[in-house]
Amino acid sequence: MLKGFLFLLLFLLAGDVVVYLFALPLPAPVLGMAMLLAWLGWRRADVPLDLEEASSGILKYLSLLFVPAGVGVILHLQRLAHEWPAIVGAVVGGTLLSVALSALFLNRFVHRREVQ
Amino acid sequence: MIARLFGLWAHLQELPVFWLAATLGVFQFSSWLARRSKGFPLANPVGLSILILVLILYFTHTAYSVYFSGGQWINFLLAPATVALAVPLYQQYGRIRSMLLPLVMTLVFGSLVAIGSSVGISQLLGASPSSVLSLAPKSATAPVAMGIVEKLGGISSLTAAVVILTGVTGAMTAPWLLDRLNIQRPAVRGFAMGLVSHGIGTARAFQESAEAGAFAGLGMGLNALMTALLVPLLYHWFA
Repeated sequence: MLKGFLFLLLFLLAGDVVVYLFALPLPAPVLGMAMLLAWLGWRRADVPLDLEEASSGILKYLSLLFVPAGVGVILHLQRLAHEWPAIVGAVVGGTLLSVALSALFLNRFVHRREVQ
Repeated sequence: MIARLFGLWAHLQELPVFWLAATLGVFQFSSWLARRSKGFPLANPVGLSILILVLILYFTHTAYSVYFSGGQWINFLLAPATVALAVPLYQQYGRIRSMLLPLVMTLVFGSLVAIGSSVGISQLLGASPSSVLSLAPKSATAPVAMGIVEKLGGISSLTAAVVILTGVTGAMTAPWLLDRLNIQRPAVRGFAMGLVSHGIGTARAFQESAEAGAFAGLGMGLNALMTALLVPLLYHWFA
């Protein structure tokens, strides 16, 4: 478990190093994820047990991890109060519309392939 | 001793461990509440926790920076958790490869809908131009969305708030909406949730199944790239 967590941190660091060296417009964790995926694909074997444990252990609590950043909404209460119809409309309307249309689009596509 | 009792709150309020414990406690309570009210889509642990903590900070006049001195210990784990998403992605690699073309087409389409609907609706409802710009990349994960808005001259801290709201809204409503649309494939449900509602949608998708979670992680990662590409492009065309 600890070894697995160290692994995650090392790929996070590697992502950070690459983002820094090439001045990429990407967050380091996203690149670290891509690099870990590439490494797993290159090995072509089952995920090491330690890594698997650390990964499922931390992902089990993924939703909790967004809470402190989310509380930061408090910094924008004033603007939210001021422009709330537009912001709430765009957030709620846009989210529902995008989820529905992307899911219907992909579902239709996958369904057609399965029928063929 | 009595005099010190009166100073106790002021003392606790400054302690990082107090806010760390408060965050975990509120999340436990919200999860319990969400489990109890099974089927009610608005009872989402992330949304409820944020709401309760905002109310606590507001009524105790606690600065966000003081709260974050404790909250940062949880917040930090987001980075290794994002890296950890590679593991379920790798385990679903075979399925993802067999669906590659549909996934890429949906990515382009869904990303355009997410940006277009956000700009269209906010403009229609009279948002200021800087708010419209700050809302445009709201489906991308927070650091990417903030980077885009910063470069184009919007308000990146507003973007951070709106990105979180988009995630919470998606986590609360997407499973319900997808049920209504009779979409049952875990891969499709997950991909749509991750594409539109990034990490918070991905966390919600993991609660449905490991497969939905993996496809949500994929949708989140790909849409971060797509949004970083499309928003500046559309901005230079139309603005």
